[in-house]
Amino acid sequence: MVLRLSNRACVLSGSARLKSTLSTYFDEMGKAGIILKSASTGIFENLALEDWIPDRVDLQNRSMLLLWRNSPVVVIGRHQNPWQECNLPLMRRLGIPLARRRSGGGTVFHDFGNINMTFFTSKKKYDRHRNLKVVTSALKALRPDLDVAATDRFDILLNGHYKISGTAAKLGRTSAYHHCTLLCSVDRSILSSVLKSNTSEVIKSNATPSVPSPVKNLLDVDPTLDSNTIMDAIASQYSNEFGFDSPVITVDPTHEGLMPGIHKMAQDLQTWEWIYGRTPKFSVCSSIVVDDVTIKLDMDIKNGAVGQCAMEIPENWLPSEMVNEFTSTLNGSNYCPNETAVLMAAFMRTVSMTADVAEKIHRLCAGVVSVM
Amino acid sequence: MATVITVRAPFAFLRRLVSACLHRHCCSTVQTACFVSRPHSYSLIAGQQHRFFRTSYVAARPILQFKLSDIGEGIMEVTVKEWYVKEGDKVSQFDSICEVQSDKASVTITSRYDGIIRKLYHDVDSIALVGKPLVDIETEAGQVEGPQEDVVETPAMSQEEHTHQEIKGHKTQATPAVRRLAMENNIKLSEVIGTGKDSRILKEDILNFLARQTGAILLPAPFQEIRPPPPAAVAPSAPAAKPKEKRSPPSIPTPVIPKPVFTGKDHTEPIKGFQKAMVKTMSAALKIPHFGYKDEVDLSQLVRLRSELKGLAESRGVKLSYMPFFIKAASLGLLHFPIFNSSLDENCTNITYKAAHNIGLAMDTSQGLLVPNVKNVQMLSVFEIAVELNRLQTLGAAGQLGTADLTGGTFTLSNIGSIGGTYAKPVILPPEVAIGALGKIQVLPRFNHKGEVVKAHIVNVSWSADHRIIDGATMCRFSNLWRSYLENPASMVLDLK
Repeated sequence: MVLRLSNRACVLSGSARLKSTLSTYFDEMGKAGIILKSASTGIFENLALEDWIPDRVDLQNRSMLLLWRNSPVVVIGRHQNPWQECNLPLMRRLGIPLARRRSGGGTVFHDFGNINMTFFTSKKKYDRHRNLKVVTSALKALRPDLDVAATDRFDILLNGHYKISGTAAKLGRTSAYHHCTLLCSVDRSILSSVLKSNTSEVIKSNATPSVPSPVKNLLDVDPTLDSNTIMDAIASQYSNEFGFDSPVITVDPTHEGLMPGIHKMAQDLQTWEWIYGRTPKFSVCSSIVVDDVTIKLDMDIKNGAVGQCAMEIPENWLPSEMVNEFTSTLNGSNYCPNETAVLMAAFMRTVSMTADVAEKIHRLCAGVVSVM
Repeated sequence: MATVITVRAPFAFLRRLVSACLHRHCCSTVQTACFVSRPHSYSLIAGQQHRFFRTSYVAARPILQFKLSDIGEGIMEVTVKEWYVKEGDKVSQFDSICEVQSDKASVTITSRYDGIIRKLYHDVDSIALVGKPLVDIETEAGQVEGPQEDVVETPAMSQEEHTHQEIKGHKTQATPAVRRLAMENNIKLSEVIGTGKDSRILKEDILNFLARQTGAILLPAPFQEIRPPPPAAVAPSAPAAKPKEKRSPPSIPTPVIPKPVFTGKDHTEPIKGFQKAMVKTMSAALKIPHFGYKDEVDLSQLVRLRSELKGLAESRGVKLSYMPFFIKAASLGLLHFPIFNSSLDENCTNITYKAAHNIGLAMDTSQGLLVPNVKNVQMLSVFEIAVELNRLQTLGAAGQLGTADLTGGTFTLSNIGSIGGTYAKPVILPPEVAIGALGKIQVLPRFNHKGEVVKAHIVNVSWSADHRIIDGATMCRFSNLWRSYLENPASMVLDLK
């Protein structure tokens, strides 16, 4: 049974039940297991939905599965360093946004060829192996010859070698969720180029590193396996495995009326402070070459902001007071190319300098920004 | 000085209380005598006992060790990734304390008690073991130690990040600690006004409610904005009101208008990033003696021209606004009046006439004011300027403008009218010497050359210029030339390079 929630929502408001939310709707349904499909392909709306459900829905006597897909985006884990994990300049050029999720784990690339599954349970019923069994059993039910198996690191491997799914989890006080990806028909060339950092050698940090693995799409081994078929198989296997009689409901995570507070959750996930500022402290140690001059750059970054910036520049190339002013301009600013560019523009407007000094500062700035 | 106390309490509680005493006081000789062997037979030096319990803040609060509870899946150790509290912070039950990570799972650890954090046992990135202490919390005397198992609550409390130590409770209007307090005092939660987030009832609200009933004097609760004081109680600043009420005639008591007590706090934060850039630039601009010159431009013909060309530009994939025309007209004007495209050196000894017309565009972005510039406008056609504007606007909206686009400007225009306004007093951006701000285009009645009232599209321009090198007459002539190009766009064609 597939119910379109938006229609039901009209019915709810029509009968003037003002306090009805998705949560009360679930309570009224009285089902022990519910399967949701997100109507949105926006990463921030979907991550907000993952935040909203454990916060507002009773998960002690009920479990839920959420199936969702996103337009191209790179998602890093809670405690990771984006500068270490992905190629930010390339992503900016390609228009691929960056998101930080609230669960741990490594960095992944999503596009429409990737299926995300989130298993919501109470903390007592948290069992990642059982969840992954749902996925592998569903795939085997579709194609019995498929060699898919879960590892003890909670990955799913195809043919014993290629990673087709990665896992992450978030545990709260009373409930937990476990989510994983599934590569069906992802653009692998983009995946490998965006997930390769351009600055990892210059960064020293304790952030959780990703473990790169060779990947493959399910579509590569069987061209008849498409995302919708796979999602349906997983939904029915979920019901089988846990003994639920689960309806599949499509949910629109932008519907603030049904999910009060979800809009703010999505906004919180999009702030610079969350996406970049939450990076554990790290240091950058790089050599930039400008006009055949090698400049050593050292920066300590805390909460995404430049704490200490030091540059070693030969005195005859630029006067040291100019260099000191340059570094003090950077201190306290966010480790962000846009903000640095704006600060540099203000610096160049307000500090008097000759044209050739201005040129050098310009190129120096370009070098500094290249590691951001 | 003796600090022995009499307690009639469970032994375990007593032991903690005593060890808290040992922690807090430095009377060494008495300590050894004080230590647990005869739990119920201590006696206090008379007179000190009551004072001790009521006024002594320090000694009576037990410090409870909060141990890392079982996370599930047989996990024995985790890495502490982030602390949400520091020593000395006040926490409530269910506030987030820290974030730990184990095996791709991120776990939010929440507090089991109300109290003050006294010690953090681990640094960030160190390993914490299940069953070992995580933090020490100093609690209220008499607080019962929370359950070892997490209490199963419906609906679930938030696991969101608690950056400001507040919980987003929703259906739960109050934490269990608050509910207990209400129950002990026979208060119905529905009668209490909640002042926490989403009308959540806080402990302070229960205390206020109680005070209202007993008429006691209360201190205003923290984290509140304006709170009208309870009608029967009095504000701390006016303790005399109560006796006054008694004195007034019982038949018609004079109404006491409660003064709203404002408890909001000032918030200071350092200036950095985009704000710092603007502070620096505008402070430097102060050194320039500005003068203003304002005029009115009739854009009726330009409006007609643009509506004709809009479709053509769109077919080429470009959005055409009025700005490309304003910019091109300015560049044509600069050819005749190069002083507006110059720069004065620091000692005001030399003027440099810049060859390139890099015309800046004041842009309002989500991060604030940014001024990218279009390079070499003197070589660009109106269409090419429009293309460049589109590119800069897209980059600006995406937060991706680079130093190349943000530096090197020689003259600036601000289209503040796209948001609103008519006249402005723009500030010159050093090292430039002039700037123009355009108000909104309004349709107003004007007289034509025949003396008839016609509809005219009017925009107001406000120029500011550096009076050290530019005088009013020059400004007026430049503005008139610029205006003539826009009021009669056909004349632009004659002078277009």
